[in-house]
Amino acid sequence: MVDVTPHGADLIPPAEVGEMELYHPHSWWTKYVFAQDAKVIAIQYSGTALAIGLVALVLSWLMRLQLGFPGTFDFITPEAYYQFMTMHGMIMVIYLLTALFLGGFGNYLIPLMVGARDMVFPYVNMLSYWIYLLAVLVLVASFFAPGGPTGAGWTLYPPQAILSGTPGGTGPGIILMLVSLILFIIGFTMGGLNYVVTVLQARTRGMTLMRLPLTVWGIFTATVMALLAFPALFVACVMMLFDRAIGSSFFMPAIVEMGEQSPHNGGSPIMFQHLFWFFGHPEVYIVALPAFGIVSDLISTHARKNIFGYRMMVWAIVGIGALSFVVWAHHMYVSGMHPYFGFFFATTTLIIAVPTAIKVYNWVLTLWRGDIHLTIPMLFALAFIVTFVNGGLTGLFLGNVVVDVPLSDTMFVVAHFHMVMGVAPILVVFGAIYHWYPKISGRMLNEFMGRFHFWVTFIGAYLIFFPMHYVGLVGVPRRYPELGDTAFIPPSVHTLNEFITVAALTVGFAQLVFLFNLFWSIRHGKKAGDNPWRATTLEWQTAGTPPPHGNFGKELPVVYRWAYDYSVPGAPEDFIAQNDPRPSTQGGHA
Amino acid sequence: MAIALVLVLVVIGSVLFHVLSPWWWTPIASNWGYIDSTLVATFWITGAVFSAVVLFMAYCVYRFRHKEGQKAAYEPESKKLESWLTAITAIGVAAMLAPGLYVWKQFVTVPKDATEVEVVAQQWQWSFRLPGADGKLGTSNARLVSSDNPLGINPDDPNGKDDVVVEAADLHLPIDKPVKMLLRSIDVLHDFYVPEFRAKMDMVPGMVTYFWFTPTRTGTFEVLCAELCGTGHGFMRGIVMVDTAQDYTTWLQQQSTFAQLSGPAKVGVLVDRGKVTASME
Amino acid sequence: MSAILIFLGLVTAIAGWWLARQRLMSKPWLEVGPIDAFPETEAPVMHPAKIGLGVFLAVVGAIFALLISAYFMRMAYADWQATPMPWLLWLNTGMLVLASVALQCAVVAAHKGQLDNLKFALLTGALTSVAFLGGQLLAWRDLAAGGYYAADNPAVSFFYLITAMHGLHIIGGLFVLGRANVRAWRGDKLARLVLTTELCAMYWHALLVVWLVLFAVLMGWAADFIDICRRLLS
Repeated sequence: MVDVTPHGADLIPPAEVGEMELYHPHSWWTKYVFAQDAKVIAIQYSGTALAIGLVALVLSWLMRLQLGFPGTFDFITPEAYYQFMTMHGMIMVIYLLTALFLGGFGNYLIPLMVGARDMVFPYVNMLSYWIYLLAVLVLVASFFAPGGPTGAGWTLYPPQAILSGTPGGTGPGIILMLVSLILFIIGFTMGGLNYVVTVLQARTRGMTLMRLPLTVWGIFTATVMALLAFPALFVACVMMLFDRAIGSSFFMPAIVEMGEQSPHNGGSPIMFQHLFWFFGHPEVYIVALPAFGIVSDLISTHARKNIFGYRMMVWAIVGIGALSFVVWAHHMYVSGMHPYFGFFFATTTLIIAVPTAIKVYNWVLTLWRGDIHLTIPMLFALAFIVTFVNGGLTGLFLGNVVVDVPLSDTMFVVAHFHMVMGVAPILVVFGAIYHWYPKISGRMLNEFMGRFHFWVTFIGAYLIFFPMHYVGLVGVPRRYPELGDTAFIPPSVHTLNEFITVAALTVGFAQLVFLFNLFWSIRHGKKAGDNPWRATTLEWQTAGTPPPHGNFGKELPVVYRWAYDYSVPGAPEDFIAQNDPRPSTQGGHA
Repeated sequence: MAIALVLVLVVIGSVLFHVLSPWWWTPIASNWGYIDSTLVATFWITGAVFSAVVLFMAYCVYRFRHKEGQKAAYEPESKKLESWLTAITAIGVAAMLAPGLYVWKQFVTVPKDATEVEVVAQQWQWSFRLPGADGKLGTSNARLVSSDNPLGINPDDPNGKDDVVVEAADLHLPIDKPVKMLLRSIDVLHDFYVPEFRAKMDMVPGMVTYFWFTPTRTGTFEVLCAELCGTGHGFMRGIVMVDTAQDYTTWLQQQSTFAQLSGPAKVGVLVDRGKVTASME
Repeated sequence: MSAILIFLGLVTAIAGWWLARQRLMSKPWLEVGPIDAFPETEAPVMHPAKIGLGVFLAVVGAIFALLISAYFMRMAYADWQATPMPWLLWLNTGMLVLASVALQCAVVAAHKGQLDNLKFALLTGALTSVAFLGGQLLAWRDLAAGGYYAADNPAVSFFYLITAMHGLHIIGGLFVLGRANVRAWRGDKLARLVLTTELCAMYWHALLVVWLVLFAVLMGWAADFIDICRRLLS
């Protein structure tokens, strides 16, 4: 290990840092609409993602109404239920979470946190957003297409995805879905190139990899994974389009569709599942890793303590990212693939639990002997740990091949993945918004509304999804619009379903308070100042708040230390900014 | 402060819910008690970890919450602690994985004396086929499916003539005899799922999948479809009855064979035969 | 899924090699001060566009590796019939090799400051690429004339799908190469053409490698090769 003695006031002239060529907008249109500033693009991405996410939220209410009170709502036919379900899943996973974490937080935070003026390809970055918007519009269009959107489940398994027995299967619904996904992937690739190359190439002087905040590590690794995983979905979508549009037989075997012999022959539905999950499993971590990174920074900042085991956290992020490409078939234990794959994939899946557990330990050990400020971001971070640990542990049931057999395709699975990749990342999204909103808008979010939002969301979400595991344990299959008369399902399960529905609606409405808060606080929030949380990372050391185009004014910051110098012994303040050149004992902002 | 209390309540509430709630799995009716035991072991390990982590967190929040003049400790890492935690986690994971793989080995190893029973799924009903006196199922192909031959059984295969066909009706199985369920679909993915048997497997058009089990309890069990198969998915139900040997024989004698169901005149004229035999399984 | 796993293995090896030089084992909290001591861990001085293209080519590689994976998976099924490949593919391959060579010459010319050679080489690169695309279209026509349509047989479906996907990537590249040509022939300064020429050459070389692999797969050599390996092992 090399110790570098503190250089003291030995400043590097920032002129050595190459000035980037920035396109400076001249009109309202180029400033706010066809913007090339990553911060504006980030807000466009986030706004669009939250808007379409609201649609998915409403769809989940409709599903819950049907499940809690079957037969009460005539317009929720099985067809409609499957359409709601499919769109809810697809929107939440791809168009909300992926877009928000990478397109939203990635765009806003990467350049600021690594000390860059902007993304390295601003024009491509702008295109990325507009193609994403187009993908969303195509998706929304499918709601208005004849036959409605596809109801094939978010996994879009063939053959049923393109057959008449499935809503939207023979109409435009499925085609619009596939086209929208293809567009999303193209748009994402454009953005993803930016995020990766900006981290690789546009880091400011002194910002070595080991000085990056974990947020950047999480988003960076997730983006690399997404760039390599989305091609699998892309290929699967294109091949399914071929099968649907020109009648080829990539995935379609010889079948009898509603009494008619189909023209297809010999295709393999399982091949689609391999391609889909080769994307689908990394996708889980594409959503989780940015959340891991962000939550590490939230906990460290609000506990006023360096993140415990930074090196281990970095290695764990990289290790999880790499491992997640060799676990995909744990979604296919009962798919009919060769049973011996089960041994391999169960082993890799359970191995991935180890680095994940280390991350959890390090979060709670960061709290140990900290100076915990129970701010709203901190509350959300704590709630994240609870729900993530809960959902991660139920993953050990489903990853362990033989335990998965009775549980797969039951409500247990639904409860598991909502807890681990629905509730947990969303809680981080909320925490992150409460944390960075002051930087984005210059004002704090309203405290009272924020706390109300937190308590209802956390307790409500736990009350929705914890009992749901037991519905699955009873044996209730997922993707059933109603349970009907089923001997093994006791009437008490119906009561439980009603309870879950009430909880879900309550949580849903609490989100409206949050949305209201977002708009209300732009004008009425408390003034935040440049660094309201007294945080160390570069985004809090900008030339102004909100940061101007180019982020840092005339001179880029030079980085002298890692991102976690909180409560350094001997330092006058309990934090030292990354660009503070003074030795630790003199550091801190006076 | 409230959060520390809530975290404790989350743990207590979850444990109490687990212990007291009436929702638990259905009484088992097959030999897969091992799966249940593995599941229970997993519950113990994961439950302990969950409680420990969340309670520790609650304690930290209570003990180290911000007070005037408090300063956090400075401890970048502790190699020793992290190594210990890694090792303990690895042991815990192995403790779940090892029995899991052991039981999986049994799950995928079909005993030699298992009788074959074929389940054929289509949107949205279940049909069944039992090997006749010869103990062998005839070959089949989705291309042969027609109103006279709803299961697509190959009329040219002598093994298939005496197969017992149970179309869209209840399946009966004898108790304590291992069965290998051969699963076939003629349209989309389905999944043959009887909660009491614990085992399940997708049915994939174009191939035959399988699982095996031994029924250990007589009774009537509901079959559900567990893989989304279109609009009627939630209503795709069937019945499996596990009988005593005597009842089973009585039932079997009332069933018709493939040869009886399809008159000799109809056999084989349905589809272009050359094409079919080429892709026969 | 073997093809994509091999490809990802390569990507992981490159990423691992790079990460290994980033001092991931260091303890950053002990290293206060600007770290001139470790210049290799600073952001690289390479032009971002080159790194960007490199990353993009990894994405492109993943797409084709996945298509090849799917090809091999589908091949195992009974209804697969190997399809006669049009002889024209040989000529097209030659065209693509020429395009790649021409663009390499363009890079050399750009570095040496020979504007005339650069203009000529860029034009040759573009024209041979267009010839490649034309040839691929003719190959499609030949195949269709022989009664091989996209929906009939999975081998043929894959041929159309894979060549179309590769062709689309060439078309995308031609937009940039076309622009470089326009700028070169309109008399843009040579210094401003170096980067775009280098990027074009890099992209074309990569697409040539991709094509050669695809060609080997489509001609059935790859399958034969795997077969031989399997026999040697057993």
